[in-house]
Amino acid sequence: MLQEESDLSLIIAQIVQKLKGSNLYAQLERQAWASLQRPEIKLESLKEDIKEFFKISGWEKKLQNAVYSELSVFPLPSHPAAPPEHLKEPLVYMRKAQRPVGEQKELLNKWNEMGTDEPDLSLFRPVYAPKDFLEVLINLRNPNYENGDSLSFRTHLGLIQVPLKVKDIPELKELFVELGLTTGQLGIDDSTQVPPELFENEHVRIGQKVLTEQDSAAAQQYIRQGSPTALRAELWALILNISSHPEDILYYEQLKTNVIQHDLLVDSLIYKDVKLTASNDDYYFVFEDYLYQVLLCFSRDTSVLSHFAYNSASPPKSYIRGKLGLEEYAVFYPPNGVIPFHGFSMYVAPLCFLYHEPSKLYQIFREMYVRFFFRLHSISSHPSGIVSLCLLFETLLQTYLPQLFYHLREIGAQPLRISFKWMVRAFSGYLATDQLLLLWDRILGYNSLEILAVLAAAVFAFRAVNLMEVTSLAAAEAVLADLSTLKVMPLLQIFLFATVT
Amino acid sequence: MSRVLVPCHVKGTVALQVGDVRTSQGRPGVLVIDVTFPSVAPFELQEIVFKNYYTAFLTIRVRQHTSTHTPAKWVTCLRDYCLMPDPHSEEGAQEYVSLFKHQMLCDMAQVLELRLILRQPSPLWLSFTVEELQIYQQGPKSPSMTFPKWLSHPVPCEQPTPLLEGLPDPSRVSSEVQQMWALTEMIRASHTSTRIGRFDVDGCYDLNLLSYT
Repeated sequence: MLQEESDLSLIIAQIVQKLKGSNLYAQLERQAWASLQRPEIKLESLKEDIKEFFKISGWEKKLQNAVYSELSVFPLPSHPAAPPEHLKEPLVYMRKAQRPVGEQKELLNKWNEMGTDEPDLSLFRPVYAPKDFLEVLINLRNPNYENGDSLSFRTHLGLIQVPLKVKDIPELKELFVELGLTTGQLGIDDSTQVPPELFENEHVRIGQKVLTEQDSAAAQQYIRQGSPTALRAELWALILNISSHPEDILYYEQLKTNVIQHDLLVDSLIYKDVKLTASNDDYYFVFEDYLYQVLLCFSRDTSVLSHFAYNSASPPKSYIRGKLGLEEYAVFYPPNGVIPFHGFSMYVAPLCFLYHEPSKLYQIFREMYVRFFFRLHSISSHPSGIVSLCLLFETLLQTYLPQLFYHLREIGAQPLRISFKWMVRAFSGYLATDQLLLLWDRILGYNSLEILAVLAAAVFAFRAVNLMEVTSLAAAEAVLADLSTLKVMPLLQIFLFATVT
Repeated sequence: MSRVLVPCHVKGTVALQVGDVRTSQGRPGVLVIDVTFPSVAPFELQEIVFKNYYTAFLTIRVRQHTSTHTPAKWVTCLRDYCLMPDPHSEEGAQEYVSLFKHQMLCDMAQVLELRLILRQPSPLWLSFTVEELQIYQQGPKSPSMTFPKWLSHPVPCEQPTPLLEGLPDPSRVSSEVQQMWALTEMIRASHTSTRIGRFDVDGCYDLNLLSYT
């Protein structure tokens, strides 16, 4: 009991420390000063009166939302003896699997060789593609793990060989209880055959109520059943605690100026990536300009560096010539510490459907990145990290579709090789946009990426009959090449709640 | 509350196994670590801190000093404390752990020796242990330093030297300085970690400036 109390006071102290530096603190102070003019504030009960004023004027709600958003992002307070690397990633062998510092510097060398003023994009190759990343994950090994030749009850038949804890279907059913068969869902119960009075109208009404209340926690609970298209942009902004203050717009304009003034090598990588992926996509090619605006600013945004406190990766660092080792002369390259890989622009593209104002679009993307997307391309043992998602996918497939899994393995088509690219991009570019947005609603609602692995397994279950007849990896890929006709929510519901186990 | 590190001597781990170690196939699942305190008198244990390495369950036995002439007996003070919720998977496998006095089953007033019994029932792991073991005892309640004599027995006030011409009144200056000092303390206390957001050095960000070694 003593331990829990001291843990709680530690969390409170850390959140207060974090919020003190934010805009909200200055605004609350200003409001408190201004409220002294009001007649109902009396000097004897100053503290209570000001608290009451905050409650009525809605400022308490804003503070609640800010605390809630900090809690969602905040990792659990660690043991005082634990070094900061332990907070980023507790398992030592996963820390060591990060790209070593020497290799990072080598990359920097290679970039400079290519020349900074060459606009010729043919010289650029994407830094790495999801395929290369999968190879790194396959080779992750725990040195303390029994990897004997004899088959035991725990031999990993899939590609991932790391014994992380993943949930099985009963636990997933508990986690995703709002996706159950008896609860209304957008994506299922709003189809044309179902009369809107049964579910849709009521759901929209509740959504509007949540928006007027401006409560982040309620919005997150609400969005688990899907968000109506008209309310989605505001709901996401509420859950991520983004509000358009003049300071935020000014920050974005400042980043834009940086784009114009400084030329970065990463820009060429971004141009190449956008041209290769989003511009070729039927749904997203219209947003090409928006994508440049967001991604070029993103690579110059140093506030993204703060997420490396809980990200297992580290930003590549270099020193001004002659000052090697001195921390004041250390710079991160690129300034936000994130090297874009092939397909990175697909994280932004679906958001362009929701937000038209560049500064708001930018803020939403940045918040989504530091909360969710960074886990999809860094090696960590977090339950939402890509390693756990891959292992969850393989375990689900192996446990509930053993014949299919065995057959695919026999023909040399390990299922993870096909589904990895879906999960790394959070299905962006593979699903139809409205279905993708329904899926991302649930990611926000449950604050976890595990639903990506469940959906991948559900897709395999859906196409199991066709897959059992293929005889090669290429044929298996062809069966699963086109996901654009799939409806996400029925697949998830059937896989989780309606499959006979 | 304050705590003081107690220097301890950790003996090598002893594996408990049934049968002959050389001929049996499996790895031991139980290890025993003895911790002695050779240079310290019997003390009151406050906290035990260590880093886990794939141990699933921990039992601690303690031998305490008794005032009478009866020989000290071993008593279990922590029984089957779970460090890894699922012994087959990585959860909790490399975590830092703290165990406090109030979690123990018995009083820890006069500790002579500790015995840690580690159990790992899963056959998947090649080895298991606990690392960086540190034992803490209760720190002193009040500082036991003695004040210097001039602080506890102040010299009687002397007559202040006469003011030099043209200088401001020292008591007024000191009160203003005190206010400024309070302001700086306030600013220092509300130290934020927000970044300023600049990434250039003196206005330029030339790649050629960076070193490659």
